[in-house]
Amino acid sequence: MKITVGGETKEVKDGITISELIEQEKVETPEYVSVSVNEEFEKKENFAARQLKDGDVVEFLYFMGGGQ
Amino acid sequence: MPFTNDQLERYSRHIILKEIGVKGQKKLMNGSVLIIGAGGLGAPAALYLAAAGVGKIGIVDADVVDLSNLQRQVIHTTADVGRPKVESAAEKMKAINPDIEVKTYQEFLASDNIMDVIKDYDFVLDGTDNFPAKFLINDACVMADKPFSHAGILRFKGQLMTVIPHESPCYRCVFKEMPPKNAIPSCKEAGVVGAMAGVIGSLQALEAVKFLTGAGELLTGKLLTFDALTMSFHTVKLPPRGDGCAVCSDHPTITKLVDYEQVACDFDPKHPV
Repeated sequence: MKITVGGETKEVKDGITISELIEQEKVETPEYVSVSVNEEFEKKENFAARQLKDGDVVEFLYFMGGGQ
Repeated sequence: MPFTNDQLERYSRHIILKEIGVKGQKKLMNGSVLIIGAGGLGAPAALYLAAAGVGKIGIVDADVVDLSNLQRQVIHTTADVGRPKVESAAEKMKAINPDIEVKTYQEFLASDNIMDVIKDYDFVLDGTDNFPAKFLINDACVMADKPFSHAGILRFKGQLMTVIPHESPCYRCVFKEMPPKNAIPSCKEAGVVGAMAGVIGSLQALEAVKFLTGAGELLTGKLLTFDALTMSFHTVKLPPRGDGCAVCSDHPTITKLVDYEQVACDFDPKHPV
């Protein structure tokens, strides 16, 4: 199936979970990433169980603390 | 008050824009912006907002200029090393535009003084380098209903969002709680390309100009991310402000400011916090 991750369309295995996608995408500091699916935030405790569907739009939002 | 001939000439490129014009330039000159952090993000923002003729600009920073700042903090020069950053910044801003008022705050903002400082400004620009400050600024601005621009930079990446409290989602709507100390790499540990601060700080200055003049649409309800390695901008649409936020929902659980214990950009014996 195809999903969109960070604006890019990707082919992923059917029923991939958010946790699996985080691993596959090699997300840095995975324990602190915020994830939205179709413009709704998913709670961290649901990452392992939440399966994505064909056409889902996923965004990873990262802490970025620099500025000085 | 009508413009002087010098002002008409100085601001002619603004005045000719239909989105700004004479009216918008007047709004800039009657407007005020507080820049928290006279560093990577604050430097370009302070220079552009001074040049734009923003009537009153406050600049907050407790530190002195360090040699390692000069790779990106373009408001400071080699001769400024050792001087208070706010003094160095104010001098350049006044040199660019003597018409503006620059107010300096050589102090750290904390729960006991931030409300008093932000109250005198129309718009706040977060140019800080640590999460305790970013969460404090978010919570204070939400409680004071003060519009602000949040931004962060790291390595070759940067991101920003504009918050109109109680209308658009706030920083805490996206990033619920402060990450533990040392969980997220800092610029000092991981590096940052100097021009990234220029890009993101300039985008923050643009948001301040748009807010004051009413031009265009603000970056609210969205997080704009920029990756310099792929040269790509990406806008992430944020969920609407909901009931879940601890500070900006209609039934907040955070109603008092707290000072989080985390040293800015980790412990640096030269800059104890």
